[in-house]
Amino acid sequence: MATQNTPSRRKVRQVEAVTIRFVGDSGDGMQLTGAEFTRASALAGNDVATFPDFPAEIRAPAGSLYGVSGYQVNIGAHDLLTPGDTPDVLVAMNPAALKTNLGDLKLGGLLVVNTGAFTPPNLEKAGYEKNPLEDEVLQSTYRYVAIDMNRLTESALAGSGLSSKDVARCKNYFALGLLNWLYSRDADPQVEAIRRKFQKKPELAEANIKVFQAGFAYGETSELFYERYVVPPSKLAPGTYRTVTGNHAAALGFATVAKTTGREVFFGGYPITPSTEIVQDLSKWKEHGVVTFQAEDEIAGIGAAIGAAFGGSLAVTATSGPGLALKVEMMGLAVMLELPLVVVDVQRGGPSTGMPTKTEQSDLLMALFGRHGEAPMPVLAAQSPGDCFWAAMEAMRVAVKWMTPVLLLSDGYLAQGSEPFRIPDLSELPRVEPRYQKEPNRGEKYMPYLRDEKLVRPWAIPGTAGLEHRVGGLEKDSLTGMVSYDGANHEHMIRIRAQKVRNVVEDVPDVKVDGPEKGDLLLVSWGGTYGSVRTAAEALRAQGKSVSHAHLRWLNPLPRNLGEVLRRFKKVMVPEVNDGQLAFYLRGSFPGIDPISHTRINGKPLRVSELVEKANQIL
Amino acid sequence: MSTTTTAPVIPAYTKKDFESGVDPRWCPGCGDYSIINQVQRALPSAGVARENIVFVSGIGCSSRFPYYMHNYGMHTVHGRAPSFAAGLKLSRPELQVWVVTGDGDALAIGGNHFIHALRRNIDIKILMFNNRIYGLTKGQVSPTSELGKKTKTTPHGSPDYPFNPPALALGAGGTFVARSIDVEGAHLGAVVQAAQAHKGTAYVEIYQNCPVFNDGAYQNLTDKAVKADRQLRMEHGKPLLFGKDMKKGIRFDPRTAHLEVVTVGENGVKEADILVHDAHRDDPTLAFMLANLDQAPGFPTPIGVFRDVRRPTVDEITWQLVGEAKAAAKKQLSVPEFLAQGETWTVKG
Repeated sequence: MATQNTPSRRKVRQVEAVTIRFVGDSGDGMQLTGAEFTRASALAGNDVATFPDFPAEIRAPAGSLYGVSGYQVNIGAHDLLTPGDTPDVLVAMNPAALKTNLGDLKLGGLLVVNTGAFTPPNLEKAGYEKNPLEDEVLQSTYRYVAIDMNRLTESALAGSGLSSKDVARCKNYFALGLLNWLYSRDADPQVEAIRRKFQKKPELAEANIKVFQAGFAYGETSELFYERYVVPPSKLAPGTYRTVTGNHAAALGFATVAKTTGREVFFGGYPITPSTEIVQDLSKWKEHGVVTFQAEDEIAGIGAAIGAAFGGSLAVTATSGPGLALKVEMMGLAVMLELPLVVVDVQRGGPSTGMPTKTEQSDLLMALFGRHGEAPMPVLAAQSPGDCFWAAMEAMRVAVKWMTPVLLLSDGYLAQGSEPFRIPDLSELPRVEPRYQKEPNRGEKYMPYLRDEKLVRPWAIPGTAGLEHRVGGLEKDSLTGMVSYDGANHEHMIRIRAQKVRNVVEDVPDVKVDGPEKGDLLLVSWGGTYGSVRTAAEALRAQGKSVSHAHLRWLNPLPRNLGEVLRRFKKVMVPEVNDGQLAFYLRGSFPGIDPISHTRINGKPLRVSELVEKANQIL
Repeated sequence: MSTTTTAPVIPAYTKKDFESGVDPRWCPGCGDYSIINQVQRALPSAGVARENIVFVSGIGCSSRFPYYMHNYGMHTVHGRAPSFAAGLKLSRPELQVWVVTGDGDALAIGGNHFIHALRRNIDIKILMFNNRIYGLTKGQVSPTSELGKKTKTTPHGSPDYPFNPPALALGAGGTFVARSIDVEGAHLGAVVQAAQAHKGTAYVEIYQNCPVFNDGAYQNLTDKAVKADRQLRMEHGKPLLFGKDMKKGIRFDPRTAHLEVVTVGENGVKEADILVHDAHRDDPTLAFMLANLDQAPGFPTPIGVFRDVRRPTVDEITWQLVGEAKAAAKKQLSVPEFLAQGETWTVKG
């Protein structure tokens, strides 16, 4: 079998970056193929950024247009901030996948098609009246490579004894083998990875390895490819790396809090797409000081977390839009009680059930203002998959330091997307420092709402003799915490809770401007659009334009210097995956600033090209 | 958490040690006064330090309870007290956690949390004051109001069937299900003590009179003239006898699989024919039959403990799993080691 041991006869061309999209039926294993190719690329030292895009149905009817599942990966020899706008390479496993994705492929891009799936029934399901592969325009517009992966997989597994269903499920490894050959990867690590992945089913491991190797060899022996490619290793900062998705990184961040503080991290929540991996990961880490509780509903999930916080635990809940809506009353209570709590909202397409597996940034205003009464909470947003780790730790640090619930916004794109993550040293980590009140704080009495100079109240937990006290959702006396219906006290408490949250600004770094400190246009982003907007600003400057970029990590409080920064630019443009929520917020926060809102709400991350185009129109 | 500062010696408490000093603000004559009195009397003998007891409540008249107790307390969100209690107990299993709730709080808006607490057998005590009315909102129908009951929101009579709370609790898997009455002080105190001694979710339904919006709801059960015939006091290991002279009893009819009321000494009925109460039986069928006993006319209302069985609690199981995970971990991973699990690669400077 020809693998990496046989020297290739092809010339190898070096490329700086390539965007590859694997698309197929939900049951075709495209997520696995994409993730495996990403892993191999990361291990080869490339920078990677990914965009998995799949339907909400677990197994949509085979061959249907809405059952198409895709995984896009951008591989580069330099720092990559986005999964790439449009693919250079499209691997389409069936007609429906071709139909829904071909329009995205770059002109002249490489189109690899599994022709074995282009049967009359599949063509019909995809709505093709005739086989599109026979279209000469297609063949001349792209570098079209036709491979009957079904048949080649079957022949690789002839005599294996596997059922035809199992054989059919191996064909994604043919595609993976082919792409590994095309991008000059070593086959051995992938073979080992397959063996590990299927160690409980050795017969499937061997079958997948055979098919993988068949795909690898096919690239070499067939005359379909005249060259191979190599993406040189990226110059990432020195260190040990792994790949993480945003959800995995967030879970790592919370577990790290437990490890660094020696305090229990308590997670209460309810599964909801696309946040579920956070609780799934945390549930595995009991030995690291994490206790998880899958509650009966979203409300009980946050309720349990608040109960645990009253008991002194470092409490977390995670959810997505509809779940956040259910948790609103509880967040109001957490504001009232002034207990530390981190609420993670992994935003998805809304309103209502919306588009559960698609990304959106449309919960910003709800996060900032969506509670009854005057109930301000600090709000921050993660900016990349790996940043979810840092944002999780930072959210907990602020929650504990200021005795307040904190809302951490992520989104479906960050949650599912992956990128290399450098393992930090202990010294780089935020210090989460819970302080429990042990003694009375006014003479012999304990006043649960007697504040320090930063307006933070003490945290006395059950089990501490002499500090027994009651807290609750009724307005409280500003010292004793007992129920008070006094109007003046109520106003005082509202203003003091608001001032405390404003004081959090001491933990909010000044916003940094990437590019000229003043000029024609400032792009302002928040959350998961960081990568696209930063890349667009760089591209515009490369065109000689005076364009800078500022990214907001903290949405409440906003950085102290933000107003002044905004006023330094002739124009401000705010790109978002919503209907203009940050732009609205900035208008209200900084009178006179009227940002140009650029929005797209199609379930996908913003494209760099559309931002560049829009900015050029504005300039 | 392992940060408890439990005093090595539990002080000899009196009832007064459990009074917060805040004067209760329930209406004059409210049954809640009697209930808090019995709870404050029961706690000193429990052998639990005052600072290790937490009262959690939702919303409603009953939910003001924590403010009047000299313990840690949380007055939370309508219906959701069991969720706070669950998180607190799971994270701090050494604490004794009580939920104080009402029929609306526990069975209407909080019905989901109520059944799931029982299902999990979390080690909390739930005292549910059942006055069959919404008191704090001034007199609307509750999920335990009788069919046809006229209230402010059901001026033509309630069209809804009520819950039978002990049957609901048993159906949800309750390991301790009991009932008492606000005015039966000694009985209530004993039931509260039994609930406190139980390991697992201890649910106590307390019939409580609301003198303002549903006065006399339990009069036909508590009036001196009738109570002996209307109350069936269940005691584990004792025959289910009632009546002024304790001659009436409950017999199981094996032909119809029904419980029936018989009189000892009449029609050849002997005391040995009377069903002996077995609260510790794992099979909840009999407890369920007793819980439904007074749904038909002519039957007494059982009070006391329907069921009291020991089963591992969710908090015990959770911490056992944590212990096993810790024991199975080959070594304590440092933070960088923890973060570097799985496949990694190194970039050299």
